[in-house]
Amino acid sequence: MTNQDKTLAAGLAATAPPPAAEPDFDAQRRQAFWRRVRGHRGLQAGAAILLALLAVAVFAPWLAPHDPNAQSLAYRLLPPAWSEGGSWTYLLGTDQVGRDYLSRLIYGTRISLVVGFGAASIGCLIGVTLGVCAGYFGGRIDSLVSFLLTSQLALPGLLLAMALVFIIGPSLWVVIGIIGGLHWTYYLVVTRTSTMRLRQLDFVAAARAIGSSRRQILWHEILPNLLNQIIVVFTFEVGIAVLAEAALSFLGVGIQPPTPSWGLMIAEGKMAIFHRPWLVVLPGMALFLLVIGANLLGDGLRDVTSPEKRN
Amino acid sequence: MLRFALKRLGLAVLVALAVSFATFLLLNLATDPAQAIAGENAEPELVAQIRHEYGFDRPFMERYGSWLADAVRGDFGRSYYWHDSVSQLVLKHAPPTIRLALMALMVTVLVAIPLGVIAALRPNSAVDRLALGIAVSAQAIPNFWLGLMLVILFSVMLPIFPVSGDTSWLHYVLPALVLGTSSVPAVMRLTRAGLIEVMGSDYVRTARAKGYRGIELLARHALRNAILPIVSVLAVQLGQKFGGSVIVESIFAINGLGRLTLQSILGSDIPTVQMLIFIFAIVFILMNFLADVLNALLDPRIRMG
Repeated sequence: MTNQDKTLAAGLAATAPPPAAEPDFDAQRRQAFWRRVRGHRGLQAGAAILLALLAVAVFAPWLAPHDPNAQSLAYRLLPPAWSEGGSWTYLLGTDQVGRDYLSRLIYGTRISLVVGFGAASIGCLIGVTLGVCAGYFGGRIDSLVSFLLTSQLALPGLLLAMALVFIIGPSLWVVIGIIGGLHWTYYLVVTRTSTMRLRQLDFVAAARAIGSSRRQILWHEILPNLLNQIIVVFTFEVGIAVLAEAALSFLGVGIQPPTPSWGLMIAEGKMAIFHRPWLVVLPGMALFLLVIGANLLGDGLRDVTSPEKRN
Repeated sequence: MLRFALKRLGLAVLVALAVSFATFLLLNLATDPAQAIAGENAEPELVAQIRHEYGFDRPFMERYGSWLADAVRGDFGRSYYWHDSVSQLVLKHAPPTIRLALMALMVTVLVAIPLGVIAALRPNSAVDRLALGIAVSAQAIPNFWLGLMLVILFSVMLPIFPVSGDTSWLHYVLPALVLGTSSVPAVMRLTRAGLIEVMGSDYVRTARAKGYRGIELLARHALRNAILPIVSVLAVQLGQKFGGSVIVESIFAINGLGRLTLQSILGSDIPTVQMLIFIFAIVFILMNFLADVLNALLDPRIRMG
């Protein structure tokens, strides 16, 4: 072998491709995912709104200028600072008993988010359990679950929730439990269909072939593949639960005074709606912001996790 | 066709039974109805007397059985809170709610279907985005708040419609607007998705090739097929409007079934509430059944499959 040949061989070895380079599909998928996230304005807006409100809820004691329950009868029904007769001490004015409206709105974020996430979690537990069982086992279990679904859909949810909250005794936890216990159909429908599809696939058959137990298959093969869809439904359900709580509290069969719930604040402000419209306008705008944030995030997550379903 | 209808009817009856049992169970487990009637601080003797008089001391299944047997015969019991028979109460309060639900459905149809059609004709255009934006916003607005905003706008600032009451059809305009808006997003999205699918189908392409354009293509070929699922969703939405009327009725002081239910709840009249919830469920089940049968009549594939 001549010297020239040696250098040639060395050069070839240096530029040869690294052995066994498996393309990293996970990394590619993650990259594609973030690319879609960056291109989706609705998703970003929704996430920003929810994160901001989450921050408001967590830091409420530092953000609120006053105690949300402190009454001062001398400063009742003050208008917001920028209108005539307003004061900068009470930026968004005060309510019927002289409580700072901004502080109540800030603390109200906590109630709405706790109810939203709490109720959506309870519904998730019920709906996903039923949906996965129906989809995986099929047959009689599926018929039974589908019958449950049809029956649940026939019930007038809001009226039943009102009656139950009233007779059990209205409190935050009762409201969360009942809203959650009545809102699981969406999870069920979505997870049932997907589980039916997943159980036909090869990797489930493979897991069964190597002797995985039913529980292992459900937890390690089926559920991880449903996660994306469950998160999307969860996001929407947060918004639905927030609106349900607001409606219950507005009707007087939800969160009780003096807790600052946005729905309750609208009910309290309703008496003065003609002279002090901001008492009704502001909490409604807060509700709208939270729910639209959740819905935009849900729509966005659905778009980026399953782009094929866009239209 | 008859077989399909009978099968569906059987299912509807089963669902009605399940729903009645669930409501009975939930409302009776959650509370002691005798205590509710007597009041929180009543003497134990009085509670015991009421329990016996109303038959609340009988075994649960026996009570459910006789309640159901009465209900099936059309005997809905008496309301101790309203001092009237429940069937009389329902007859008196049903007309405003029916009027409201039908007007709300009209609002939904008049807003959602044109919006969905316009959006579907130009997918991903500015018009489509606007329509979707309207749907997303409508979904996020609390409907009781929308009601109050409309009151501020159209009863106070521009006094066109009365603030509350149910004595003329003008009284129903704002409530119907609120109740109708809540169904707009679902119906609009469905119209849009259905029409986009149909517009891409072979028979629409064939119709295009034969020279059909514009409204004619839409009305004679595309919409006719896209309308099927919309009809059934509308029927379901109408059923939901009865139960959903409670908020709107209480804001606008319409003396309908929703408000009757709320007042019965606040008056602790559990047997009446139970019967009202059952009636709302029956209306919903009936609408669903009619939608199924109608769909099967229009589409042979459904009744065969």
